[in-house]
Amino acid sequence: MYCDLTSEPLDVAMLVAAIRSDATGGLVTFVGYVRETSDDDRPVTGLSYEAHRELALAELRAIGAEAETRFGPARVAIVHRIGELGLGEAAVAIAVAAPHRAAAFDACEYAIDELKRRVPIWKKEHYRDGGALWRENVTNEPTPS
Amino acid sequence: MRIRISAFARIREIIGAPELERSAPAGATAGEVWQRLTAEFPRLGELAASTRLVRNGSFVAGESELNDGDELALLPPFGGG
Repeated sequence: MYCDLTSEPLDVAMLVAAIRSDATGGLVTFVGYVRETSDDDRPVTGLSYEAHRELALAELRAIGAEAETRFGPARVAIVHRIGELGLGEAAVAIAVAAPHRAAAFDACEYAIDELKRRVPIWKKEHYRDGGALWRENVTNEPTPS
Repeated sequence: MRIRISAFARIREIIGAPELERSAPAGATAGEVWQRLTAEFPRLGELAASTRLVRNGSFVAGESELNDGDELALLPPFGGG
């Protein structure tokens, strides 16, 4: 397993190299990019991401471990970018290698769904009109405090 | 007792600093310290129910009692991916 948070541009080929082995029959990658429009159709110029680094890494590793065992044997790599990102830059990259494709697809989807729900990373959208908003993932479950 | 508070994202912006220190009565819980902060910074009110509390690096419930010198991290709803 390979998990990281980085302020450097993401390198998908490096993720693939980190997990592929001669036991790999199928390898799935997911890459999330900075898109030119927000969910409510505002023109976007970029995103900023910040994280609670220690907790985010721990949660990424927990998700990676779950994804590696829940769907059969698999090897998982997850890297999330932090800092300032422009349009077209990759914000998150996940790669899953498994003996067969079904487990790789399932584990990859599991990893991105759980990442959005559980990992303490925050995203601010910057708009062409100069405004900016923190955007929450809709999968969040409020925790009473 | 003194509690070290670290704030992230929207909470950090509303408070105006990534870290601050507040005093709390002995036996105060994480939820009580968070409540006092939402009273001090009313704009935090909209996040009162959705913010997750982390004590010394571990997620805790609001009822978790704090000790002098503890660090309480305030995590608004996540937005990764």
